[in-house]
Amino acid sequence: MTRAVITHHPQRSAAADRPDVDLSASVGGRVLPDPVLTASGCAAFGRELEPFLDLTAIGAVVTKSVMLAPRAGRPTPRMAETPSGMLNSIGLQGPGIDAFLAEDLPWLTERGIRAVVSIAGSSVDEYTKLAQRLRHVEGITAIEVNISCPNVESRGEVFACDPDATAAVVGAVRRSSAPGVPVLAKLSADVTDIVAVARSAVDAGADGLALINTLLGLVVDTDTMRPVLAGVTGGLSGPAIRPVAVRCVYQVHAALPDVPILGMGGIRHGLDALEFVLAGASAVSVGTATFNDPSAVARVSRELARALADRGFGSLREAVGHAHRHGRQPDPEPGEPAPPPPAEDPAP
Amino acid sequence: MTTAATRAAARVIQTRSEVISLRRAGAYHVMSLTGAGIPELTRPGHFLAVACGGDDGALLLRRTFSIYDVASRGVYGGTVDIVFAVQGKGTRWLAERHRHDALDIVGPLGKPFSLPRHPVSCVLVAGGYGSAPMFMLADQLRERGCRVDVVLGASTEEKLFGVLDAKRIAATLTLATEDGSVGERGRVTDVLPGVLDRTDADVVYACGPMPMLAAVAKVAQAHGAHSQCAVEEAMACGIGVCMTCVVPVVGDDGVTRMLRSCTDGPVFRGDRVRWDDLGTVPADCYGAPATGDGSA
Ligand SMILES: Cc1cc2nc3c(=O)[nH]c(=O)nc-3n(C[C@H](O)[C@H](O)[C@H](O)COP(=O)(O)OP(=O)(O)OC[C@H]3O[C@@H](n4cnc5c(N)ncnc54)[C@H](O)[C@@H]3O)c2cc1C
Ligand SMILES: Cc1cc2nc3c(=O)[nH]c(=O)nc-3n(C[C@H](O)[C@H](O)[C@H](O)COP(=O)(O)O)c2cc1C
Ligand code: FES
Repeated sequence: MTRAVITHHPQRSAAADRPDVDLSASVGGRVLPDPVLTASGCAAFGRELEPFLDLTAIGAVVTKSVMLAPRAGRPTPRMAETPSGMLNSIGLQGPGIDAFLAEDLPWLTERGIRAVVSIAGSSVDEYTKLAQRLRHVEGITAIEVNISCPNVESRGEVFACDPDATAAVVGAVRRSSAPGVPVLAKLSADVTDIVAVARSAVDAGADGLALINTLLGLVVDTDTMRPVLAGVTGGLSGPAIRPVAVRCVYQVHAALPDVPILGMGGIRHGLDALEFVLAGASAVSVGTATFNDPSAVARVSRELARALADRGFGSLREAVGHAHRHGRQPDPEPGEPAPPPPAEDPAP
Repeated sequence: MTTAATRAAARVIQTRSEVISLRRAGAYHVMSLTGAGIPELTRPGHFLAVACGGDDGALLLRRTFSIYDVASRGVYGGTVDIVFAVQGKGTRWLAERHRHDALDIVGPLGKPFSLPRHPVSCVLVAGGYGSAPMFMLADQLRERGCRVDVVLGASTEEKLFGVLDAKRIAATLTLATEDGSVGERGRVTDVLPGVLDRTDADVVYACGPMPMLAAVAKVAQAHGAHSQCAVEEAMACGIGVCMTCVVPVVGDDGVTRMLRSCTDGPVFRGDRVRWDDLGTVPADCYGAPATGDGSA
């Protein structure tokens, strides 16, 4: 496809005003020249964003979660706008792994666009088969395992809500994937103890963690007096969930300072991305903000570079986890959730 | 900045445009915006996705509007016009804009109406603001020597848009209002069969609410006319990345798929949309669930 003209934030002449900050980021052992990626489900398979930004320059395209079989998804209405966010219930509509490997992934790799392949399944076996299908495919930057899916073998309980189910899936994917390809476990914040799930994923072999997925929500239409979404509940995303996401990144980084985190949830501007980095993310994904601004991923990267430079950072890496360093650990107030365990100094 | 070469090659443009004018027209607002290359690329049926509420506002999702008119040259360079009704928060915010305010717009988007190769007889049917894309369409059809008849409908007179323009361009204009305030009392589909008979129409072009489109497509089919319907399904991005705007559509291979109305549409063949199955995933749809359902 041909490139769009973006008249208010030119992509090409950015070199001149890009501050001298090393933005290279490490995600599960893979070094990316840029720390800002798309978020799964918010960029399709990349193609549609091509008119708006240079996809070879961004951290990576994280694909819509792919399943084994083609999938029609849920009925409409599939979305509802909410204050500073949205609720979606797409139901993982997608082409299935065969068509994905035949058409969608090659479109990315042939252009030199880094591709993080997100996979989703409804049983450990399905995840295993997906990983096996990807094992001999060239040009995959990383695999992101979307475990916010109901487990048909466990009465529909979501994998990500159970440390054992998380470990089973992540372990199976790690064992079935090519050794050099990092496996990132994508966690849900709809859990009592995200650190426990994170630890379980890492112990099972995850090379990095992606957090957070959408939060479960519901909107009632006060005219029809029924839930808006055909699927009744949906996933909440956008700036509305950012403090929850930053909290999760902060807690997980505090507990597992050596584990790379791909942070996401409501990033719209460079300073939002900086919050995640300071809390402990080594790279970030921009999801819902892309619906508002199709060139958001590139813009957030530029704004992040500027924000880092303004604060005297010469590289992104120096800033990762900075919020922990002069770590204030308040005593828990009665009735407040307990604070995370004290941070070990995550100095580079 | 933008070079002539990239501009010529581009097909979709994202630009910070400027409001040139905003005026009332009956129940609607007509907004004229600087177009930065969008006018040259626009064909009838294309739409614009407008960011509402400002860079830090609480409204994240784009609002989509049919492109009503474009001008490639003029005091402001190219301009692009939309017509909108105030429905919710975003359109209310849009109606409060002033001359010289900035708006982030993306366009032209979607698959436009297909135009016939031969000078055939065309009937254009629109409900409410659905007439917005019909005037450019009528102009282009007439340039091809097509006969153009227009049917406009709405609940009441002030919700008809573009009656005077329609009079000017149409061989005949038929109006229908549900309250009978102007034209025939009733719906467009009440008057459409008579118009199709009278004009011996080959093609029906339609834009309006989904129930109207469903009825129009059926009437056209019963009359042996080809129909092209611009659908209106709730959209979040308008550019094909979110998958919210899907409708069940039968393909050339006879298989039904959930297609994105923003990239595969908004214009679909009327005989291909599964009108009776809107809001469902038909059981025979490609990838329809056999068992359990996953999360988003
Ligand atoms: C291809 C296309 C062309 C359109 N052309 C016109 C036009 O020319 N004039 C006009 O007045 N309206 C048009 N619409 C409808 C218009 O997009 C909605 O009325 C508008 O988005 C509602 O926004 P809101 O802020 O008032 O409502 P809200 O309820 O606050 O909107 C919330 C979200 O839902 C989406 N949404 C809600 N209703 C619709 C809808 N009917 N269609 C699409 N998205 C919706 C919005 O985009 C937004 O993302 C068109 C829609 C489509 C899909
Ligand atoms: C429409 C939509 C579809 C999504 N689809 C997926 C998906 O297929 N797989 C996945 O792991 N996450 C999916 N997500 C979650 C996002 O990747 C991301 O984790 C979440 O939206 C938070 O980031 P954001 O606020 O920047 O959007 C989806 C989100 C949205 C809004
Ligand atoms: S509106 Fe996002 S895919 Fe159509």
